[in-house]
Amino acid sequence: MPATLILRRAPQGGEKSFDSAAIGLPNEARLIRKAEAAGVPVPRVVRVLEDSDDVGEGFFMTQIMGETIARRILRNDEFAAARDALPEQCGKALAGIHSIQLAGDPELKESSGLDQLSYYEDIYKSTGGCRPIFDLAMVWLRENAPAPLEPVLVHGDFRLGNIMVDEAGLAAVLDWELCHLGDPREDIAWMCTNSWRFGHTDKRLGGFGDVEPLLTAYERAGGQRLTARDIDWWEILGSMKWGVMCMLMYESFRSGADPSVERAAIGRRVSETELDLINLLEEQSHA
Amino acid sequence: MHDQPSVSELVQAVKNFVDETAMPQLEGRAGFHARVASNVLATILRDLEARTDNDEQEKTRLLRLLKNEAVSEDLSELNSQLQEKIRSGDFGIDSVPLMEHLKKTAIAQLKVDQPNYSALATALKE
Repeated sequence: MPATLILRRAPQGGEKSFDSAAIGLPNEARLIRKAEAAGVPVPRVVRVLEDSDDVGEGFFMTQIMGETIARRILRNDEFAAARDALPEQCGKALAGIHSIQLAGDPELKESSGLDQLSYYEDIYKSTGGCRPIFDLAMVWLRENAPAPLEPVLVHGDFRLGNIMVDEAGLAAVLDWELCHLGDPREDIAWMCTNSWRFGHTDKRLGGFGDVEPLLTAYERAGGQRLTARDIDWWEILGSMKWGVMCMLMYESFRSGADPSVERAAIGRRVSETELDLINLLEEQSHA
Repeated sequence: MHDQPSVSELVQAVKNFVDETAMPQLEGRAGFHARVASNVLATILRDLEARTDNDEQEKTRLLRLLKNEAVSEDLSELNSQLQEKIRSGDFGIDSVPLMEHLKKTAIAQLKVDQPNYSALATALKE
């Protein structure tokens, strides 16, 4: 029986992705192939669409069975063993991703922690919003930025929702569109950001585990030695980023670009990250 | 103006319609948006209930925090002033009164916006 294939495609002349940082589907396909060669669990890219296909950009990949919906992964009994295995598996996968040498193929933009701070700070200021917790977080982040590490290939959206999980754990890393060159701590911290713990806030890593086993597995698989505290600054950056992204999605309602109730409602999720930021900054003030 | 039914009652009536009549008949994206709409109507009801008190308490705290430097009694102007003082470094995370004010403000806002969000339990536990 032929295997089922998944087509990931952008319609011709279709709308641009919400995030202008998206690298485009042909580049995604290249990165997924490199990730497979580096031993990262990914779907196999079977064929990349070409101009002569005349159906726009995209690629066919093998279907990986499993679950992406975070709440099911965190709650359902059939994923209990997966939850135990995921911290180490994610550490190993990230070490693999971060080891990939691109040598300019594809050419990706570099974005450090401070670059991202400036990027989101500019967006926040452009909305004209006055939410002093964000100002406090941005000032603190700028004053306390750690020295950057040697840039590596960063996945950019590594969290529950963007990984395929089966009963044994990590089945595939998906959604490569926000890849860039940057700091390896960004990927580890994004999965720790409270917005991506989906309510299971006592488990720092994605709502399913602790970050320490991830860091141990990361180092054992060739990544550098990092401590849980090395992730703190990046986790605060992560909450700030998600808050500003929510503001931006609400802006698309306010400007009239997207009149949906969902885009309006997401503006009332900014306060989630405000309280996360205050909780985190309070910890820093006691540190 | 008369208020029978009141604004809250009217919103509740629309929410009843969305929950009991519209949502069960909708599927896919429309069903998802109906659920979002129902949540929005619940937010409106909490906002109507809490805004006056929350704004009053926030203003009182801001006036206490900014002391005799407060430029106004208008909430948004006071917040702009606080924003400037944070930006200029007059207030940082080592200011206990600032952190207390911001936390209370964030808690009050979140109780209206997303009362089930996990950080609320974390903040209230402390």
